[in-house]
Amino acid sequence: MDHSNDSRPFKQTRRKFLSTTVTAITAAVMMASMPMAVQAAAPATAEVNTTGLAVTDNTVKVGILHSITGTMAISEEGSVQAEILAIEQINAMGGVLGRKIEYIQEDGASDWPTFADRSNKLLRQDKVAAVFGCWTSASRKAVLPIFERYNGMLYYPTFYEGLEQSPNVIYTGQEATQQVLAGLDWVAEDKGAKTFYLIGSDYIWPRTSNKIARTHIEQHLGGQVVGEDYFPLGHTSFNSVINRIRLRKPDVIFASVVGGSNVAFYRQLKAAGLDMTKEDFSLLTISVTEDEILGIGGENIEGAYASMKYFQSLPNENNEAFVKAFKERWGADAVIGDVTQAAYLGPWLWKAAVEAAGSFDVDRVRAASPDIELNTAPEGYVRIHENHHLWSKGRIGHAQRNGQFKVVHETEELMEPDPFPAGYQ
Amino acid sequence: MFSDFSAAELSAIFAMQGFAGLILFAVFVLMALGLAIIFGQMGVINMAHGEFMILGAYVTYMTSNLFASHFPQLFGSYFLFAIVFAFFAAALLGALVEWSMIRFLYHRPLDTLLATWGLSLIMQQTYRSIFGAREVGVVIPDWLMGSYQLTDMIEVPINGLFVMALAVLATLFVAALMYRSRWGKQVRAVVQNRPMAGAVGINTARVDRLTFALGCGIAGVAGSAFTMIGSTGPSSGQLYIVDTFLVVVFGGAGSLLGTVASAFSISQSQSILEFFMGGSMAKVLTLLVVVIILMFRPQGLFSLKVRR
Repeated sequence: MDHSNDSRPFKQTRRKFLSTTVTAITAAVMMASMPMAVQAAAPATAEVNTTGLAVTDNTVKVGILHSITGTMAISEEGSVQAEILAIEQINAMGGVLGRKIEYIQEDGASDWPTFADRSNKLLRQDKVAAVFGCWTSASRKAVLPIFERYNGMLYYPTFYEGLEQSPNVIYTGQEATQQVLAGLDWVAEDKGAKTFYLIGSDYIWPRTSNKIARTHIEQHLGGQVVGEDYFPLGHTSFNSVINRIRLRKPDVIFASVVGGSNVAFYRQLKAAGLDMTKEDFSLLTISVTEDEILGIGGENIEGAYASMKYFQSLPNENNEAFVKAFKERWGADAVIGDVTQAAYLGPWLWKAAVEAAGSFDVDRVRAASPDIELNTAPEGYVRIHENHHLWSKGRIGHAQRNGQFKVVHETEELMEPDPFPAGYQ
Repeated sequence: MFSDFSAAELSAIFAMQGFAGLILFAVFVLMALGLAIIFGQMGVINMAHGEFMILGAYVTYMTSNLFASHFPQLFGSYFLFAIVFAFFAAALLGALVEWSMIRFLYHRPLDTLLATWGLSLIMQQTYRSIFGAREVGVVIPDWLMGSYQLTDMIEVPINGLFVMALAVLATLFVAALMYRSRWGKQVRAVVQNRPMAGAVGINTARVDRLTFALGCGIAGVAGSAFTMIGSTGPSSGQLYIVDTFLVVVFGGAGSLLGTVASAFSISQSQSILEFFMGGSMAKVLTLLVVVIILMFRPQGLFSLKVRR
């Protein structure tokens, strides 16, 4: 199915945005000035909930749906922590529309049918107002029909391949073009790269990303792709492809290897004597965040570049406060990767949309969502696009020995999300 | 693909490619050696083999932390201790598992498959509870990282050489144990004819337990070595289990030589194919060839002649 040319699959009714904002601001001011009267100021439940969601006079239920057991628990743990932190912070500020958020956490167990089953339970039995969850595209695809059928709202945190736009999902991570184009433009301009070697795990995200990368390199950057290789998920021997890379001598390796393979790839690259800290050899990855470096080891990936929208080391006030709060909540050793930050945005974006809509009703929240903006995001400023993805800046990080990235570049403008990029498919 | 290169460059690449194949061979041998003993000698389909390997990896991780905090001056040599610890930790757990579970299932090989699969899930979740869901980074001593400059152009990864040496040692150790020791003679007697072995006074239950423990211990050693080249996480063991069974089944259950030969042929074909056509296609072609050969030789490359 190709949505690229037809109109958006959901109607976008721009409600009286200004007046609701004014109401929200007034409410906020009232809440701030009379903290004891929060309950009294909250609008009546019958008004803010006309579809039978789990909303009472002082609470609202939401769902958190991630894998906390199984293979994917490695990746999803950070997202759960970020979402819980955001919910606790919102509650400490007085909640949403005067109601405290209660979360129901379900385990997707790294199994896609379980994700579907659990989302069914959250939507139909628990009647949650929103769900923050999923990590892999496969799990998102598994729950999508359920969210669309029972009209739920999913806040999905992972950077992913695009090619999707559901009225029932807000995508808080980057879609492929935002990540790939920002990275390639920078490496071509700043490093003068002309030849590229694409290497990835063999599934939809790396393949789609590399398709976009190849088109961009060949048609817009005037460069050349000298190799493109895919490895089965979980592949652990990369010595042969490292020799292949030696033979082709690319200016840049563009890597989207994921999971356990990641660790094997970088450890073997380092052991093979390809030193990324030297000037003449660069690697640009779109799959390694601070989380992955824990397993890879900072000494093995030192010198690589990553194209993300967020790094833990981002120097701004929002982020410093976020990192501090995260470490206080989850321990001083906690690391925060790109997806963790995107997951943290979910509850805040939902709160802003609910307040703009003046209602928990999913239809109203959806209608109010486009153009919702967040000035307090750790990554800086973000805004929801009409296509339910986020406008955000692309950034390049330089991996350091201590496992952190140093931000070396940031796009000047917010990048427009484009899940169905014309000319790239 | 080769036209732009000088003969010297090409020969360097091919030499390094030869090493890449040998390293993969060593990895396969280490992976499969423990399972060859357990599956080959005892007929137990141990689906938790990967998790025993990861136990070795976690023991290595703990040893490295211990050395880093208590004996920093000895950190360079912690890896040798870690391998020994990993062997005994995995072997002890193996003996416990054999005593509590496997010994009741010797006559029901398909049930061992299910039981050990369940065991692997339990072990994974235990690792997750103890060490956290995230992968841990095992710090490798400096002398094991980097590469050895053989000539101007040929570089060989040192950790690869280390894995090769370890594979050779482990194979010689197992071979000596199996074919030169009194205990090995007992194991082979039990494999060939369990009632008769029992009748001549061999304690078959004890032989079984030690055999299982030995197989698990070698898995632990393999896991310890693989911290240098792969990931250490609760479910990393799953990465190895398919290749491990592939090597053992293709080699012919019950034959040490078969396991080595099979590891060699699979690793070489995979490594060469990977060089020419990339990872996914190489895997497909390798598996295809294995399937075809097994169609004509269902007993594997080498097989033991046993009276059934």
